[in-house]
Amino acid sequence: MMNTKPTCAELELGAAVITPGSAREYETGDWRSFYPITDEQKCIACGVCWIFCPEASRILVPRKNKGSALTPNFYDFDPKYCKGCGICAQECPTHAIKMAQEEI
Amino acid sequence: MIDISKRQRIGIEVSIAHAEMVRLCRPDGIAAYPITPQTHIVEHLSEIVADGELDAEFIPVESEHSAMSTCIGLSATGCRTYTATSSQGLQLMSEILFIASAMRCPIVMGIVNRAMSGPISIWGDLSDIMANRDVGWIQIFGNNGQEVYDLTPCAFKVAEDHRVLLPIGLNQDGFTLSHVVEPLETLTQDDVSSFLPPYEPKMRLDPDNPIMMGPVGNVEIFTEAKKVHDDALVASRLVIDEVFAEFGEKFGRNYKAVEEYKTDDADTLILTIGGTLGETGHVAVDHLREQGKKVGQVLLRVWRPFPFEDIRRILGGRKLVVVYDRAISLGGPGGPVASEIKTALYGQKNAPPILSLIAALGGRDVRWKHIVEQVEQASKDVGTGKLPDYQMVGVRE
Amino acid sequence: MDGLPIHLQNEVDKSTMIEIRFHGRGGQGAVTSAELLANAAIAEGKCAQSFPSFGPERRGAPVLAFARINETKIYLREQVYEPDIALVLDPALLDVLNVAEGMKPGGIIIINSALDPDELRAERDFPCQVATVDAQKIALEVLRRPIVNTTMLGAAIKARSLVNLESMKEPLDNRFGPIAARNYNVMERAWNEIKIGGAR
Repeated sequence: MMNTKPTCAELELGAAVITPGSAREYETGDWRSFYPITDEQKCIACGVCWIFCPEASRILVPRKNKGSALTPNFYDFDPKYCKGCGICAQECPTHAIKMAQEEI
Repeated sequence: MIDISKRQRIGIEVSIAHAEMVRLCRPDGIAAYPITPQTHIVEHLSEIVADGELDAEFIPVESEHSAMSTCIGLSATGCRTYTATSSQGLQLMSEILFIASAMRCPIVMGIVNRAMSGPISIWGDLSDIMANRDVGWIQIFGNNGQEVYDLTPCAFKVAEDHRVLLPIGLNQDGFTLSHVVEPLETLTQDDVSSFLPPYEPKMRLDPDNPIMMGPVGNVEIFTEAKKVHDDALVASRLVIDEVFAEFGEKFGRNYKAVEEYKTDDADTLILTIGGTLGETGHVAVDHLREQGKKVGQVLLRVWRPFPFEDIRRILGGRKLVVVYDRAISLGGPGGPVASEIKTALYGQKNAPPILSLIAALGGRDVRWKHIVEQVEQASKDVGTGKLPDYQMVGVRE
Repeated sequence: MDGLPIHLQNEVDKSTMIEIRFHGRGGQGAVTSAELLANAAIAEGKCAQSFPSFGPERRGAPVLAFARINETKIYLREQVYEPDIALVLDPALLDVLNVAEGMKPGGIIIINSALDPDELRAERDFPCQVATVDAQKIALEVLRRPIVNTTMLGAAIKARSLVNLESMKEPLDNRFGPIAARNYNVMERAWNEIKIGGAR
């Protein structure tokens, strides 16, 4: 876990952060009050939600029912990081995403 | 909205109180750029201008450099002018600060003191203003919401006095003052209008009477221009004292350039600047007194012009003075305030030992308990040759 | 009192001072509740101070807010490190940080929860008195939104007699306008329904 109180000796040169991808350690998923539910029938895997998501929390998962869909996968959310901002639901061109309230 | 027809005791965020008092001072022009933690001031001012509650030109500019440049333009044409900034914003406008004072523009600027990055910090300390000691502005400090509120009309009055005509920075600790809701006694519009008359420029840009302000100063005049400026800044102290006295007479709250608390019989003093150090320091002093220690406190209210005489008078002959700074002159003489205090006392017969401590940087708290410990330790170390030139406290090495 | 020359100002009197730490998440109104409380205390003629833990504000991030109430001027300008009351707006925070940190002897933790306070105290091994109120339920019923800040404030006021409940009316009006009455309602409910556990 992050060392939030480093000593002088532990600081890197110029207080630089030298571990790449360290933002991954901060799991912001428990911040959310709402979460996105994606209707896989409507999702065309265009990736617009993936582009707009500010937390890089849209992930490809296999469709349960491929049916006539062009792609084997569709976009769902990553519960470890999704903060429930709703931008994906806002931007989805096929209105496949709805926000629902988290259980407390 | 505060009812400005009657004086009342209210709870209010210090930023908003300052902005509300700026409103009562009726500036003609405000040019500002937002930066945490000054934002509440300029957001509030832009709202009340937009709502028609303040008849002023509010110019949202694209940077702090532009803000101060615009303020000079406003002031030079005869406007009562206000702006506010913090930290990187103050530094971005730094080259223009020199110009504003050299051109004798009586601009009032709220400086919500915040650390200079890097590493990037949005939190409070005094490194922003300490990096701008030499810009030729009057600099005053408020220690709590009431002071910031009261010093605002005083700032306009001092700056615009024809004996002064210099810009003035009203320093207020970022977050620890600006973002705190606390009680204060308000003044009415009539109160402020009776205390602060409209701005009458001595000189202004006017097509009917063309002049040039802010010209090139060649070798022949530059030295003399600086001398006149320095003399004016030093002489402004007289006007500051007068204005504080007048405010005290009218409204019952008396301010001094250098405040003293329990100094009469004190053998040890702490010296503070700004509210975080000032008010928390007060708690430490009372605790030390309860323990039978003869400790007092000096609170610097006027930083520029530097109060040489008060410092010599108050600090002379003490056993120890611990000067707290919230900034460090890196690789230099340690605490900026401490180094100037030492300068004031150099060569004085009764100059006390001075310990420069640097605390509460980048938003870290300075706890009253730690001040107590630091003063106790310094009291033991004084005279043993153990006092360092300066020391940063609370460091995790 | 404020703004008098320093040498005439009161000595520091911490005997009547109460320090409160609010634990919430960004956007839940922890800062607002601290402010409402401070304004109510000030309206009663007391001195009070409220402020957030100063940091970049992001919706959902754990935040702290602080309030102090005292009969005489408050000089402390530091965070509340030794609270008399810790108010926990979001019970999920109990897993994230130690809400009892620095608690003064005789202090109390008040948690938004339907659980019995003494059971919760035993389960979490809290070193002090605990109180609970089902603020979530009250807020959803009356405000129809899961925003518990004003509800929790009602509980805090009851637990330690911080201010007269009536004194909250004006600050609520100023802050919430048309929905002030409903917010007062949830405060009253919490004031009545809070379950205060055993003191040690």
